[in-house]
Amino acid sequence: MSAPIISVEGLGKRYRIRHQQEGQRYVALRDVLASKLSPRRWLAKNGNGRHPPADEDFWALKDVSFDIQQGEVVGIIGRNGAGKSTLLKILSRITEPTEGRVTLRGRVASLLEVGTGFHPELTGRENIFLNGAILGMSRADIVRRFDAIVAFAEVERFLDTPVKRYSSGMYVRLAFAVAAHLEPEVLIVDEVLAVGDAEFQEKCLGKMEDDARAEGRTVLFVSHNMRAVLSLCTRAVLLDRGRPVSQGEPRRVIGEYLARACSSTGEIAWSESAAPGNEEFRLIAVRLYSKNERRTGTLSSSHDLIVEFDFLANTGNPGLCIGFDLTTPDGAVVFRTYQTDSALHLWPRVERGRNRWRCTVPKNLLNCGTYLVTPRVGIHNVYWIVDIGPVLQFDISLNHGTSPLWNDLTASNRPGSIAPILTWDAVGAAASTARFGT
Amino acid sequence: MSNAAADASPFELVIEPGLASKNYWFDLWRYRELLYFLAWRDIVVRYKQTAIGIAWALLRPALTMVVFVAFRRLAGMQPGGIPDPVLVFAAVLPWQFFSTALSESSSSLIGNANLISKVYFPRLIVPWASVVTAFVDFLITLGLLAVLMAWYRIAPGWQLAVLPLFVAMAFGLSLGAGLLLAALNVEYRDFRYIVPFIVQFGLFVSPIAFTSANLPERWRTVYALNPMVGIIDGFRWSLLGGYARFDAWTIGVSGVVTAAFVLLGIGYFRRMERSFADVI
Repeated sequence: MSAPIISVEGLGKRYRIRHQQEGQRYVALRDVLASKLSPRRWLAKNGNGRHPPADEDFWALKDVSFDIQQGEVVGIIGRNGAGKSTLLKILSRITEPTEGRVTLRGRVASLLEVGTGFHPELTGRENIFLNGAILGMSRADIVRRFDAIVAFAEVERFLDTPVKRYSSGMYVRLAFAVAAHLEPEVLIVDEVLAVGDAEFQEKCLGKMEDDARAEGRTVLFVSHNMRAVLSLCTRAVLLDRGRPVSQGEPRRVIGEYLARACSSTGEIAWSESAAPGNEEFRLIAVRLYSKNERRTGTLSSSHDLIVEFDFLANTGNPGLCIGFDLTTPDGAVVFRTYQTDSALHLWPRVERGRNRWRCTVPKNLLNCGTYLVTPRVGIHNVYWIVDIGPVLQFDISLNHGTSPLWNDLTASNRPGSIAPILTWDAVGAAASTARFGT
Repeated sequence: MSNAAADASPFELVIEPGLASKNYWFDLWRYRELLYFLAWRDIVVRYKQTAIGIAWALLRPALTMVVFVAFRRLAGMQPGGIPDPVLVFAAVLPWQFFSTALSESSSSLIGNANLISKVYFPRLIVPWASVVTAFVDFLITLGLLAVLMAWYRIAPGWQLAVLPLFVAMAFGLSLGAGLLLAALNVEYRDFRYIVPFIVQFGLFVSPIAFTSANLPERWRTVYALNPMVGIIDGFRWSLLGGYARFDAWTIGVSGVVTAAFVLLGIGYFRRMERSFADVI
């Protein structure tokens, strides 16, 4: 085999965390002057240096090595903060590594965000040119692919409308369409498919897959969507705290990721300092209960399943949505639920301080199999507060059958993620418009 | 990419710490169209959002000129061979260009933070595009000066042929100082407050309402350390021909300071550029 199109050797990236200015990534000149002139600094320098260090090193990536051959589609998975985005930023030359080396033997285009550089005042047509130039296309290329881009995005009628008047779906479609028509040898994609409607996501995945197959394009793909990784990738790399801990066949690596990421004891709890969230909301614990309130890892489908959330709230925002996705291990969402799904008067009250809520998943609903709970908390239509991937894993045993015919509903006679027992009624004789044999 | 075929397969790029791309200047050339598109975006957006559009480019220098002419009248300064409006406007022109370019380019990186943290391209393009945007305004204002000179029946002489040199100096100074301040602004946000001050202060210490000939001889060299002095003198001389004095020493000193700004600006910018995405 020829030389790999991407070789990564001993890559590391260190960030310096400044403790003095919390929430501020830049420095004020005042602080630099103050710390340079500070008597403490002189004491520390000349004395025994006992004063606490202001900066702390944090390795976002460490000892990362792998090779990628031309035509491979590689999925990079891992929890938030595992270093996935940092890796992509180094590969796309946005930021420099602290150590190690990367050799790229092909032209790289990266798509770390949909619609980077889109300007709301400009029309769709103008934004196609601007965005194309930002992504590295020449004007001649854009002109040549213009019609294909417009057709892919399905925005022909709105080409001369400023994109600020676009629906969010149209906006995302247009943005992805531009990027999808780049023709690099290596395409780097970060989570951009998390936005947009399901149908369009399918279309984008399909396009990426076709290009990879037809033109031997190499694709590097970061996603939380295990289904996408499974269907698209020929190989997966699992990162954990900046280190690659597993790589190889996607199904095996995803399994390992879920085993690492999820607790299967029916409970996960965080200390208050490590709890996911922000100043408005912190998730403290998620637990599962089944019959008699007993916490357990394997649950029966014939009892209600209770999902309990402990959280700290410090907001009166009426748009706060607290809920979770129930997914299967290959990433298919069985359902998503929020406390705000029902009529307003039924919503539980968010108290300032500690809250404990329970959500009931009715019995006789889920099929047997393994399920994951992915907490999702956000401000409606504004931003996510908790989006940390799956945290709990449990198994359901199917035993809610009451039929004399089937005896038991089992995995072999009940396909599907859910196995509800629905109501069947006879409502009279069928109208006789359709006849046999005509 | 149309040039993809040309440099496709033998293409190899190494990313290592400290090895800020060896082919930076080549990249800059490859991304030249982005420079054009960013400048174009700024111009189009500005005129889409304002009611009177292009007139802003004319209104600001025109009003500045009116104020300074009034100031000259009140201060009892003698009109020389040339009418005050033309004398003042020939100086407002480069000053307006420099000050606009400086304010826009120094905040350009912050304003395009999302681009910088999500896409690779030579960062130099961003402040550069801001200078180009200001340059377009400058060209429009130049038209206004032509009208003004025609009105007063002043014809430029052969000296006009040297004007591109002074325009280049003004461009270089704007770019050099803009790059320096843009890079500093990413690291130290204090420069957000410093730049407007520089612009305001510069308006009064540059020879706009007066000419540098009004100054005592022994202060000339010190005064020329403000690079806008040489540039403004040069503009007046080349636009108004025989009426304004040509002082090679003043222009030379300002030229050296301008060149120093260009080198310093590019040097500092290139050094800081690597960490922009981490800091911004």
